Amino acid sequence: MKDMLDRLEERRAQARAGGGEKRVAAQHKRGKLTARERIELLLDDGSFEEFDMFVQHQCADFGMQDQKIPGDGVVTGWGTVNGRTVFVFSKDFTVFGGSLSEAHARKIMKVQDMALRMRAPIIGLFDAGGARIQEGVAALGGYGEVFKRNVVASGVIPQISVIMGPCAGGDVYSPAMTDFIFMVRDTSYMFVTGPDVVKTVTNETVTAEELGGAKVHTTKSSVADGAFDNDLEALLQVRRLIDFLPANNLDGVPEWPSFDDPEREEPSLDTLVPDNPNQPYDIKELITKVVDEGDFFEIQENYAKNIVTGFGRVEGRTIGIVANQPMVLAGVLDSDASRKAARFVRFCDAFNIPIITFEDVPGFLPGTSQEYGGLIKHGAKLLFAYSEATVPLVTLITRKAFGGAYDVMASKHVGGDVNYAWPSAQIAVMGAKGAVEIIFRADLDNPEKIAARTQEYEDRFMSPFVAAERGYIDEVIMPRSTRRRIARALAMLREKETERPWKKHDNLPL
Amino acid sequence: MDETGGQPAVKCVQPSESSLSMFDKILIANRGEIACRIIKTARRMGIATVAVYSDADRDALHVEMADEAVHIGPAAAAESYLVIEKIIEACRQTGAQAVHPGYGFLSEREAFADALKAAGIVFIGPNQGAIAAMGDKIESKKAAATAKVSTVPGFLGVIENPEHAVQIADEIGYPVMIKASAGGGGKGMRIAHSADEVAEGFARAKSEAASSFGDDRVFVEKFIVDPRHIEIQVLGDKHGNAIWVSERECSIQRRNQKVIEEAPSPLLDEETRREMGAQAVALAKAVAYDSAGTVEFVVGQDKSFFFLEMNTRLQVEHPVTEMITGIDLVEEMIRVAAGEKLRHAQDDIKLDGWSVESRIYAEDPTRGFLPSTGRLTLYRPPADSGEDGVSVRNDTGVTEGGEISIFYDPMIAKLVTHAPTREQAIEAQARALDAFAIEGIRHNIPFLSALMAHPRWREGRLSTGFIAEEFPDGFALPAPEGVVALRMAAVGAQIDHLLNERKRRISGQMRPDEAVRFTLERSVMLGNARHDITIAEAEGQLAINFAEGTQVLVASGWKPGDPVWSGTIDGVPAAMQVRVILNGVQLSHAGAFADVRVYTRREADLAAIMPEKRDGGATKQLLCPMPGLVRALLVSEGQEVKIGEPLVMVEAMKMENVLRAEREGTIAKIVAKEGDSLAVDAVILEFA
Repeated sequence: MKDMLDRLEERRAQARAGGGEKRVAAQHKRGKLTARERIELLLDDGSFEEFDMFVQHQCADFGMQDQKIPGDGVVTGWGTVNGRTVFVFSKDFTVFGGSLSEAHARKIMKVQDMALRMRAPIIGLFDAGGARIQEGVAALGGYGEVFKRNVVASGVIPQISVIMGPCAGGDVYSPAMTDFIFMVRDTSYMFVTGPDVVKTVTNETVTAEELGGAKVHTTKSSVADGAFDNDLEALLQVRRLIDFLPANNLDGVPEWPSFDDPEREEPSLDTLVPDNPNQPYDIKELITKVVDEGDFFEIQENYAKNIVTGFGRVEGRTIGIVANQPMVLAGVLDSDASRKAARFVRFCDAFNIPIITFEDVPGFLPGTSQEYGGLIKHGAKLLFAYSEATVPLVTLITRKAFGGAYDVMASKHVGGDVNYAWPSAQIAVMGAKGAVEIIFRADLDNPEKIAARTQEYEDRFMSPFVAAERGYIDEVIMPRSTRRRIARALAMLREKETERPWKKHDNLPL
Repeated sequence: MDETGGQPAVKCVQPSESSLSMFDKILIANRGEIACRIIKTARRMGIATVAVYSDADRDALHVEMADEAVHIGPAAAAESYLVIEKIIEACRQTGAQAVHPGYGFLSEREAFADALKAAGIVFIGPNQGAIAAMGDKIESKKAAATAKVSTVPGFLGVIENPEHAVQIADEIGYPVMIKASAGGGGKGMRIAHSADEVAEGFARAKSEAASSFGDDRVFVEKFIVDPRHIEIQVLGDKHGNAIWVSERECSIQRRNQKVIEEAPSPLLDEETRREMGAQAVALAKAVAYDSAGTVEFVVGQDKSFFFLEMNTRLQVEHPVTEMITGIDLVEEMIRVAAGEKLRHAQDDIKLDGWSVESRIYAEDPTRGFLPSTGRLTLYRPPADSGEDGVSVRNDTGVTEGGEISIFYDPMIAKLVTHAPTREQAIEAQARALDAFAIEGIRHNIPFLSALMAHPRWREGRLSTGFIAEEFPDGFALPAPEGVVALRMAAVGAQIDHLLNERKRRISGQMRPDEAVRFTLERSVMLGNARHDITIAEAEGQLAINFAEGTQVLVASGWKPGDPVWSGTIDGVPAAMQVRVILNGVQLSHAGAFADVRVYTRREADLAAIMPEKRDGGATKQLLCPMPGLVRALLVSEGQEVKIGEPLVMVEAMKMENVLRAEREGTIAKIVAKEGDSLAVDAVILEFA
């Protein structure tokens, strides 16, 4: 028996060694951790249970029969994050460059299936060279199986991808179908075709970093939801994100004791909106002063900064926040901001996370580039997302709520449950000047008349009271009491139920 | 003495003789902390107050505190706080019988005192004659000499030749300063330590003066080596009485701007103090001084002292005097202005303990003390308090959510502590600074904290060159060392432990009855310095045991979200500022700063593999971040800019956005013009 036990330990040690000391050292030299080290950091101490440690590929072509390493380039299993179950797979760059074989794909599929059955989140850590070319179509088949599972699990369990090295070709589509993608700066990149192919096909010379580095994907393409400086920072932040997320679409949001008084008043919010309507202010100050302990996990911080999205908590329970940012482009809605917010709203709705909307929006961005780029359909995505949402929706208009954008931003009309406004709110079709220039076009050459009309329009519409008189605003609240009012609204909305007609699925304007 | 810790309690010497003549209502022709401070005293005296305010101060604290407020014009002081007619009109409008000018603005304008008198309004300050006599540098020196006040020895006449210069220098005593009569700044100025140096210096100073100023006259006066700035507070009334109310030392200055003041001075002995006081009173009496005023002296390390000038107003740093004497100087000013006799005789003035004041400025000490403006998103000063003979007083003019504008002085508050000894007062000041949290603007609290921890300051070895000598290369946030590092590591560990304990209570755990556990063996990273520790609960405290053998006990009621950690470290009260950063906190304490991250041992081992991220990569071009119209270019080609300096204002969506320098550098080329309409990522300017 002792022999058998020893043999197990021996085989385990062999599997844990991955691609061997040399390759591990090379991985470290690049500033990257190994697949197992990453899992260790992601999960609670000692909670990792590994599956399929001894799996090997079945390929006998191109000399592969002589190269077998247990685990076959991916470490899979499950463990806990702050006591809550998660499933995980972590590509091992030291073993065949982390490339995907049929056996490798089966390992991933196994944890995907288990995560879905157990209704627990799954996290994929990517650092790999793509398909194992020696296996050919068998590897492609493996990809397809993984993709299909991503889609089936979508909206049922949270799926998170962390790109911690190369991620190219077939490897990119699995992360692309998960809920969140995070990247590590300088050591990770993602693209469908790499710089060499780009050069051959388009004659364009581009580096991997320029083509698909963290900066590109967090600022230009919006493929990634965030980027971190190194593996450790990224994995600890994923742990932080998991604390915000429900385990699945039925469990409801996680809860922990809050140190923050839900009745806390913030007198400084009374002066947040400047006297001058053309002066911007930072909506993030409102967000951090409303959520518990100022703790806000921002999603897509560096993309379409004119809208802010992210998670916070009120009374220890997760909320999603969508806020126009007056600091950037006056908080206007453009195609990018609409898509960013729409995706975030749909995630929250899928996982029963109540949504708080802070609104200060001058309208949709005019211009040919926007219209040619399909602003109508992109804007409609956000309108669609809010309108189909059945989670609690609490909206606060801080300043401008102009035109169609007013309707879009979780207005009463599209399903807002509790709609508040600050006294500084202006709910109107457009700004006074623009409105007067249209209504009183005949007086355009008479500046005095126009000024008088503008004043008249401002007095009538540049306030929350016309909307409040119609019941479009449930109450005009003191800025300093915003946290208390939102906390109470959320408490009241906990048991919200909404009936919708049966449908196979909706037809979001993609 | 002062149980409330706020305004000093009043020593009741005599009942006020003529309460009938006391004002019912006064106007404060000032803003900010001094307006608020005056309102407090007036209110305590039962006098109604009127504030005045400009457009920029509509929501300011002094406006909120006063019983009435009058708007006096646009933000620029020249169009509001400095306009005499507007102040007088505000008095008429509100029926204010007297005006307290505070400091700065109109406080030392003879014309203002004249105009008030003409309007039948009392000026809470000295008579015009005293202002006039002391307002002129040369006149005031003459008056001082007449009153037998010690002035800097020198020869003001024309010096003929080197021999003459040497003769004069021999009489004055070395070292001496040879200075161009027409000179300014450091030009044509020489210091000579011997007769030979005088002879040589005289010739060169003369030729330099001729070439620089076209005027070769030079004069010689005593050069005070390592001078200190010590001033005497005086009080006079309209009945010919005058007393001196202790001294203040204000040697810690940055470019002639006082930064830290204290009372008494650690230099003076009783005899020198008395002599300076007597001379100050002699000068006050010579000009019939009838209010609170300050006689400033330059003092050598040998305690020789020489008259510098007299300030005919309330000084910024007056609170340190109030703290050690128990006299409310503003109240005394109001009383004597109303015609009362001084309530204190010279012998009544007793010094009690030590007081230290720090000036809180909206400026960035790490970037050349560049002024900083913006919204105070967080403003939490330590509470005014008085316990065990140690008191904290914060004279402030702002509130959280207020705006620091470009229009006025960047001083936003004065933090004053008082304790039985200098050491205790400094300790209290250091702790109060640690507990003073400001966000939204840059401020000098880090610098003040570093000063409080500076050994030379603690020893009282001061001179007006202190900051230039001790911080020759400017100021950088110092990393913690020694016991301060251990304290910060311990607090970081306590914060992390608290957060972990909460994580254990998250819902939805796999085994709800057996919550996840976190190892108590942890590694605290202070920046890159690693401290391996073990945490243990110890009777309401947390014991942080360092691998090297030290134990630090911490206890605190700190909660996540609090900007200040306060509690005890090894039983001693302490405070630290806490800012949340990615996966950790930034702590500042006792003038030291560190990013603190608490890891498991394993995490710390793996953290060591992580590559150092170099900063930089900052682009050489300033790109337009949004489509917009260039409203104003705020820099020119060839100009050097500091981080945070405004470069250009772009209007987009009718919003005015100021783009600031993200790095230090020189503007090589400005591509955009004012009025240009720019697309996203259009180049506005290029750095060298």
